[in-house]
Amino acid sequence: MSLKDKLVSAYFAFEDNLEGNSPIHKMRNKAMKRFEEKGFPTKKEEAWKYTSLNSVIKHDYSIFPTREHNVELKDVRKFFLHDIDTFKIVFVDGIYSSFLSETTHDNMDICLLSAALSKPKYSAVIEAYFNKIAQKDSITSLNTAFAKEGAYIYIPRNKEVEKPIEIINFATGNESALMMQPRNLIVVGENAHVQIIERHQSLTENPVFTNSVTEIFAEKRAFVDYYKVQNDKPNASLLDSTFINQDTESNCAVHTFSLGGKLTRNNLHFYQTGNHCESTLKGISILNNKQHVDHHTLVKHQAPHCVSHQDYKGLYGGASTGVFNGKVFVEKQAQKINAYQQNDNILIDDKATINAKPQLEIFADDVKCSHGCTIGQFDEDALFYLRSRGIGKKEAQALLMYAFANTVLESVKIPELKRRINKLLATKIGVSIGFNV
Amino acid sequence: MLQVKNLHASVQDKEILKGINLTINPGEVHAIMGPNGSGKSTLSSVIAGKDTYQTTKGEVLFENKNINDLDPEERAHKGIFLSFQYPVEIPGVSVTNFIKTAINETRKAKGEEPMPASEMLKLIKEKADLLEIDRKFLLRSLNEGFSGGEKKRNEIFQMAMLQPKLAILDETDSGLDIDALKIVANGVNKLKNKDNAVLVITHYQRLLDYIVPDFVHVLIEGKIVKSGGKELAHELEEKGYDWIKEELV
Repeated sequence: MSLKDKLVSAYFAFEDNLEGNSPIHKMRNKAMKRFEEKGFPTKKEEAWKYTSLNSVIKHDYSIFPTREHNVELKDVRKFFLHDIDTFKIVFVDGIYSSFLSETTHDNMDICLLSAALSKPKYSAVIEAYFNKIAQKDSITSLNTAFAKEGAYIYIPRNKEVEKPIEIINFATGNESALMMQPRNLIVVGENAHVQIIERHQSLTENPVFTNSVTEIFAEKRAFVDYYKVQNDKPNASLLDSTFINQDTESNCAVHTFSLGGKLTRNNLHFYQTGNHCESTLKGISILNNKQHVDHHTLVKHQAPHCVSHQDYKGLYGGASTGVFNGKVFVEKQAQKINAYQQNDNILIDDKATINAKPQLEIFADDVKCSHGCTIGQFDEDALFYLRSRGIGKKEAQALLMYAFANTVLESVKIPELKRRINKLLATKIGVSIGFNV
Repeated sequence: MLQVKNLHASVQDKEILKGINLTINPGEVHAIMGPNGSGKSTLSSVIAGKDTYQTTKGEVLFENKNINDLDPEERAHKGIFLSFQYPVEIPGVSVTNFIKTAINETRKAKGEEPMPASEMLKLIKEKADLLEIDRKFLLRSLNEGFSGGEKKRNEIFQMAMLQPKLAILDETDSGLDIDALKIVANGVNKLKNKDNAVLVITHYQRLLDYIVPDFVHVLIEGKIVKSGGKELAHELEEKGYDWIKEELV
């Protein structure tokens, strides 16, 4: 049975245990219908031209883990920012782990989507925000149909969350192959501030397939600083769709660090609906072997006087493949906006490939849009400079890669995270020299 | 120390050096002067081992050993240093970390242990003082956002730290104001001793007022066409290069 068929039949069993005839249930039914019609995307679709899911969907995944699996704190501690205090929403094989989590209801809600979907006191928020900006494409629809568990974060107006929130999804490998579909809903009220780190982490070599969807709403003057750490095991694949709605004068930044995993697809959509908002999208991909990372970004400028800033860098070694498709859409009323996009890539080995495509669609006439894209090998002069100081070729190359990737780290605002990412970069690149990391 | 014998070098089949002969002994300061495009920077790059140039004929000997086939890092380990005209920016790597790496890589290549941290710090302080370099400067990313003068001063700082046998200064005076020029030249002079040598590559005579050469060579169209003492530099400054070209004809 194909994974699609398995999911379709699993849905019937799943919906029997659901909310009954609620609006959410209707939403799920519609979403499932869309998935059933379209199936998993194939390379025939323009947006999936360079990313094939065949090698991912061929496995026989468990869709609902049969039982709860516990993990020892000592085994997973390293995946947390354990040197600083954080809120934590942790899932193990898709099931909430109260043992590893640190949630709160103290003047804000940092808790579970399952609770938010089922308890009446959350229904107003769910009704206003849930599935309101998620796209209607097949994989997002699939997630919506099965949406049950994930992070629910509601920060009321004027609240500055005092420490970062970590959302971590562990896969234990107790299932021979596991599919998970976390769903996160994040609402950041007027003038509220929040920092969030999201991580998907498999603990074994068994295949894991995660289809994650996150909706983020930044109200007026809200400040959202979001980090995605993608450094998973070689047999873990991730489809990550993140949708962000920005109201007037809000400021949202998403940094994506793609270092591990087998196949990763990032759909990152920003919708600027209010004036004077600022969006930042940054990423580093460092790949080797047969890894594949696909960044599809969309910034939709729907309001005037806004700014968007994109900076993605990629280092491709081995037979790895990268995709960058950055779309900037400027609607007619979005005058005086400034949209900047930069994508720089280095191919380390002959067999590595990158497909880069900037896409600008501009319907306003008084705007500033710029984009740049480079694909290159190492700068011979730079290499010679380092080698002339006695640094061997391999080490010199690593140093240049590190320097190339490093510029994306400048805007990371959590020092402990910056230190960690810096170390991950150095390790992945193989720089052994004495950094202060 | 350095012997260049009938050296011919090309880049993409275009011959740039057309038979260079040059001998530098320990304790000497040599200057190579010449108009733009005469092959000055090519000569310094070939001695330092840049592989975009092909040596088609002749040889470079360092301490009586042919180094034609050595990689740039191997030449550095033997004690050849090139101060770049355009140093490269390395974001995220501080001046201090970079120089530590360079020193310890060289030590590793010689089978020595890394330099102890205390000794390294002492050396950094001593050399930074010599070149009037501020501590904060050493924490900045290598060459990133440096002014022309800062870049050159940083090159000489690296030279001071690495203590090469042969230092080649490629257009070190370009982009320097007179104060920075004096500091850099003063640093070079203080590092000079009877066992090491300096090769100054320059277009103008200005730097040679401060780093006084024992020998001056004129490079035109890939050949050394005239050699002499330091007075030759003054003559060139006064008359330009045309009179030599005319002499050649």
